[in-house]
Amino acid sequence: MAVEASSLSARRRRGAIRAGAGGPRYPGWLALPAVAWYALFFLAPLSIMAVFSVATRVGFTEIVYSFDLDNFRYLWDPLYGRVFLRTLGLAFFGTIATLLVGFPVAYYLARYARRRTLLLLLIVVPFWTSFLIRTYSWLIILDRDFPVFRALRSIGVLPEDLQILYTSKAVYIGVVYNYLPLMILPLYAALERMDWSLVEAAQDLGDSALRAFRRVTLPLVVPGIAAGSLLVFIPLMGEFLIPVILGGDLTVYAGNLIGQQFLTARDWPFGAAIAMVVIAAMTVLVLAYARLVGGEEQHGR
Amino acid sequence: MSAETDVELRGVTKRFEDVVAVDGLDLTIRRGEFLSLLGPSGCGKTTTLRLIAGFEQPDEGELLIGGRDVAGLPPYKRDVNTVFQSYALFPHMTVLDNVAYGLKQRGLRGAKREQKAREALELVRLPQLAVRKPRQLSGGQQQRVALARALVMEPRVLLLDEPLGALDLKVRKELQIELKRIQSQVGITFVYVTHDQEEALAMSDRVVVMNVGRIEQLGSPREVYDAPATRFVADFIGDTNFIERDGATFAVRPERISISRNGAAGLGGEVVTAMVVGPAMQCLVRTDDGQEVLVRQQRQGLDEDDAPREGERVVLTWAEDAALPLTTYPTGGTG
Repeated sequence: MAVEASSLSARRRRGAIRAGAGGPRYPGWLALPAVAWYALFFLAPLSIMAVFSVATRVGFTEIVYSFDLDNFRYLWDPLYGRVFLRTLGLAFFGTIATLLVGFPVAYYLARYARRRTLLLLLIVVPFWTSFLIRTYSWLIILDRDFPVFRALRSIGVLPEDLQILYTSKAVYIGVVYNYLPLMILPLYAALERMDWSLVEAAQDLGDSALRAFRRVTLPLVVPGIAAGSLLVFIPLMGEFLIPVILGGDLTVYAGNLIGQQFLTARDWPFGAAIAMVVIAAMTVLVLAYARLVGGEEQHGR
Repeated sequence: MSAETDVELRGVTKRFEDVVAVDGLDLTIRRGEFLSLLGPSGCGKTTTLRLIAGFEQPDEGELLIGGRDVAGLPPYKRDVNTVFQSYALFPHMTVLDNVAYGLKQRGLRGAKREQKAREALELVRLPQLAVRKPRQLSGGQQQRVALARALVMEPRVLLLDEPLGALDLKVRKELQIELKRIQSQVGITFVYVTHDQEEALAMSDRVVVMNVGRIEQLGSPREVYDAPATRFVADFIGDTNFIERDGATFAVRPERISISRNGAAGLGGEVVTAMVVGPAMQCLVRTDDGQEVLVRQQRQGLDEDDAPREGERVVLTWAEDAALPLTTYPTGGTG
């Protein structure tokens, strides 16, 4: 039945831009504003960056347009390799941490929560305040002399020499805190569409709650996990403010390395080259991920 | 009751917050029978089924399956399986994998597991659809797969939660017959939840009529229809006229009433509407003392040119045993 219907609508759709399977026919020009916007403010600057990345710097700020791959050769230096690995590590482990914290929340919201709209709103509320203010406020909360910590230390719950601020713990707390809504919302959207009688059916057929989760729930919400992870992973690749503020040192990540090249070192071609490499690496990762979960996506409705 | 008992409920009560869904239910389900739990929505029939399945735990009372107290046992440790109204087929698996799902848990390996699953699909007459995904099937086919998936587990009791509720009439009728065939073939006890009284009467060995968490009547379809134990049962099962006469109320089925133009001793009145409803002719008569009575006659053998018309005066009569005096009815209990 479903097969007939979709082939029918495919025939009807001929000549119009393809929507999602079974979607309505719509005129292509509706996409024009978005396409124009992307062409003007994304593709065009990207092309300029690509041109810069193979240009040569002469003197202090002078740029000579050429085809010179030296900028990319400099990047082979282990110094930059470490920067890339550090960035990748932050993005990867930050995404995992956000997923681990966000999944139970989304699961609870979708399956058990009563006042969902209110709770979802509360999750989004922090976005109303500037990112910087929110991150700086963690400096106060995570300080050794924060009253709660002092009290917990004095009754022996926390060790006397515990230091959170200016360590990787603080960085991950800041990352999870800032990126959590981006993870929870797509996870919630996927879990909210979940038919829980499927889980009952699995348990009825002999699965424990845990096995039913692994065999039924998890495969069905993979698209949500993928969407949430990408939403967190991609901006994390450019993240450097949280580690700089909460990590305390002047650790270099891809994000601030690029910024330095453009603003401080005034080496635009080298900055552009780093940016191109980051973009290329991210594109490869995203494509690989999309391929990995692409098969699952079809029945994730 | 010489028959062996499969499921026994003793004083089972289930509350949801301050609503009592099942209220002190006593029920014995016999080995191999087709038992229907019938009632309007909110009567506690689905909760009763979910209590047996293990999706809910009773607040009070005992629940025995095969003579064993199953208090606190999760669904996967009970010898029962469920067919859900929404089919609940796993969308990320093929039909065959759906049917084999529970067998994997039992440690059945590759070829043997597939063979059993294929046998179950043959039982529900869908062997050709094994490699399809559930969304490629019609509603009726999906419910057959769900049935196969539960039956392949060879449970002691199969629980069916309004399995045909989402299907259109024609498919529903087909599957009713199919379910009866399958039940007699496998000999498993079926506990069938439905709000469709026709379906319950047609398929069941025994019917449990439920209302607000209690059993109104338990009996064979004939008993429930011909001798409703309470006013609720008389009203819920089939159409019933409640006729006041000589200070008492009688329940009379529309098809037990004869209609004529000039009877002597009967209830006089005027035809309000007369219409053809498929194989029957149905008249609504307003009696002289202001009651409305529904009368139904088979059209076969009826001279339709001579049938009562709207506005005509008629006289209604019925056999003595067709009128059940409601005053003598018990307020609850079994039939």
